Amino acid sequence: MADFRMPSLGADMEAGTLVEWLVKPGDRVKHGDIVAIVETQKGAIEIETFQAGEIERILIDVKTKVPVGTVLARIRTADEAKPGAGEAVPQPPAPPAAAPPVVPAKIVAAPSIMVPAGAARVRASPAARKLAAEHGLDLAAVAGSGPEGAITHADVERSLAVGPAPEMKRAPGIDLDAMRLAIAAAMARSKREIPHYYLAHEVDVTGCEAWLAQQNATLPPDRRLLLGALALKATAIAARRFPAFNGFYRDGRYEPSPSIHVGVAIAIRGGGLAAPALHDVDQLPVDALMSRMRDLVQRTRLGRIRSSEISDPTITVSSLGERGVEVLYGVIYPPQVAIIGFGKVVARPWVVDGSVGPRSIVTITLSADHRVSDGHGGALFLSEIGKLLQQPERL
Amino acid sequence: MSQPSQPGTVETTYRDAVREAIREALHRDPAVFLMGEDVGRYGGCYAVSKGLLAEFGPDRIRDTPLSESGFTGAGIGAAMAGMRPIVELMTVNFSLLALDQILNTAATIRHMSGNQFGVPLVIRMATGAGRQVAAQHSHSLEGWYAHIPGIKVLAPATLEDARGMLWTALEQPDPVLIFENVMLYNMTGRLAADAGAVEIDKAAVRRAGRDISLITYGGSLWKTLEAAAALAGDKIEAEVIDLRSLRPLDDAAIMASVAKTRRAVIVDEGWRSGSLSAEIGMRIVEQAFWELDAPIRRVCSAEVPIPYPRHLEEAAIPQVPRIVAAAKAALGRE
Repeated sequence: MADFRMPSLGADMEAGTLVEWLVKPGDRVKHGDIVAIVETQKGAIEIETFQAGEIERILIDVKTKVPVGTVLARIRTADEAKPGAGEAVPQPPAPPAAAPPVVPAKIVAAPSIMVPAGAARVRASPAARKLAAEHGLDLAAVAGSGPEGAITHADVERSLAVGPAPEMKRAPGIDLDAMRLAIAAAMARSKREIPHYYLAHEVDVTGCEAWLAQQNATLPPDRRLLLGALALKATAIAARRFPAFNGFYRDGRYEPSPSIHVGVAIAIRGGGLAAPALHDVDQLPVDALMSRMRDLVQRTRLGRIRSSEISDPTITVSSLGERGVEVLYGVIYPPQVAIIGFGKVVARPWVVDGSVGPRSIVTITLSADHRVSDGHGGALFLSEIGKLLQQPERL
Repeated sequence: MSQPSQPGTVETTYRDAVREAIREALHRDPAVFLMGEDVGRYGGCYAVSKGLLAEFGPDRIRDTPLSESGFTGAGIGAAMAGMRPIVELMTVNFSLLALDQILNTAATIRHMSGNQFGVPLVIRMATGAGRQVAAQHSHSLEGWYAHIPGIKVLAPATLEDARGMLWTALEQPDPVLIFENVMLYNMTGRLAADAGAVEIDKAAVRRAGRDISLITYGGSLWKTLEAAAALAGDKIEAEVIDLRSLRPLDDAAIMASVAKTRRAVIVDEGWRSGSLSAEIGMRIVEQAFWELDAPIRRVCSAEVPIPYPRHLEEAAIPQVPRIVAAAKAALGRE
């Protein structure tokens, strides 16, 4: 028997509300199946199971808010299934391209690691907790002014006074106010805890543009490739070579990640921001990466992100694209240790082979955690991304 | 306690206010009499009953032997037999010699007699430190008495209460203990010329404020008010609650104040461990936990026998700077 638990979808998540069950007792599930939808500050998240088997029992009703780690359902694992049943044969292992076995272990273990650590627990007065609960406000987003920085009743009142009417701009599955609070909490924590250093590097992507034009000439519009896909792929390959930028800083130590799941910063209409992961980007062909990226952007904007996508990016890429500015310096999403920024591609006079000519230039930036890496390594990492982009056909 | 001179008021002391209360009671009801060590010829060890022997005679102002248990027991018997005795015990320290009578007899008779008998007895005693009379005369044990069901425990802190609580206490059908802080006897101020009985079942807001509740009683009230004035200089509006009655406690007044200010400091001259302040703090947690914005703090006496040397005695009991510091800490403004 396996427990299907409320996952932790980020270091600041303490609880989630179960909004929908997509399975019922008796249903068979396999690794990666979406079994439930959980409402968090980041929107409605589709929760996958990492356990194959048969849903034995559902323990939590919909519309119930439960702490991270709460058992939501019990799954009779494949090898426990009744003898004689046709499908009792153990499920074949998941294809290697899917999430490696390390992922379920990490998600299930998360609550037991995070809860007793206590560092993440918000210090708030009972009066503040009561008022915040009455208004559904997450205390993680409130700055405390009380003894030892505790959040007081007045702090919550201030916070509530600042917040605009929430019903106006609520898109299905996304509560933008809650999302803003979650962003506020995560970014405040990042700037408080992570000693950032910043590097910038200008890269000539004329070759990439030419290669993309050539590829796209024969492709229907919905399959055309964008520079963003090359940027993700180049970042992922460079991250494989520089493991100090791909992993998590937790409990006072750095754990490099063996997999490279690149978080893609996606702006949500109305003002939110999410950075769900594309898994194993270093191993994906560029066209597959492009279609996954399209799918991810679309689902994110609809508020349908999957639990594994929101909880396990190992590094983040933020790109403001053509509507943006030339240089952007990101804020690291904890517990990650680096974020890569891609600015707008601009036409610049550039020296190539001793003569000046117009070239397409993009400024790539790195914001990295100084507890884990130094500027020297950061510079090598950035310039590696630049080098990889010089040979788009090999990405 | 200096107030501007007002028409219809008289300048008086806490000591005189208590004496007036006793005189009034003696005049009002022939069943009332005062007894205790040195209350007659000597005029009371704090001079409260000075002159009463001459005015009322030895039947009603009765000197007793040094036998707290004996004359407290006699007071209980007299009360059960229809009299309204006022028993004076020199200090709360000596009252422990009469604790058996107070706890095992006076407080229990109504229950043990199946409501056939009550003990309408008033016991007055001095409490508190600050007069350099060393450990055996300086403790604040009123919190121990507030532990006992079956009695009422009063702590008059103002001239009005010193003047008015006694008669109300004498009207009670069950024992009432009145604790007079030794540092208050010389306190002077103006009191209404026609001041009389006051209620004894409500706490009083002695200073209104919105930022923190300072909960206290008796001799600590004036230090707490001084602390509140100092806090006002730092833009902290402290509310000062004078409990007046230690048993029963006016929970409603305490909770109303804490619900408003969301923070509480309890100032209690008793020792911290197992004290009245512990009881009040726990009641706040039980009844107003969700209103709190900060841990409840206490300013109590050092857990030592109260020392004789002045500087050590002052250091041992609550003082204004410690109250101010505790309030600021509760507000996160250390």
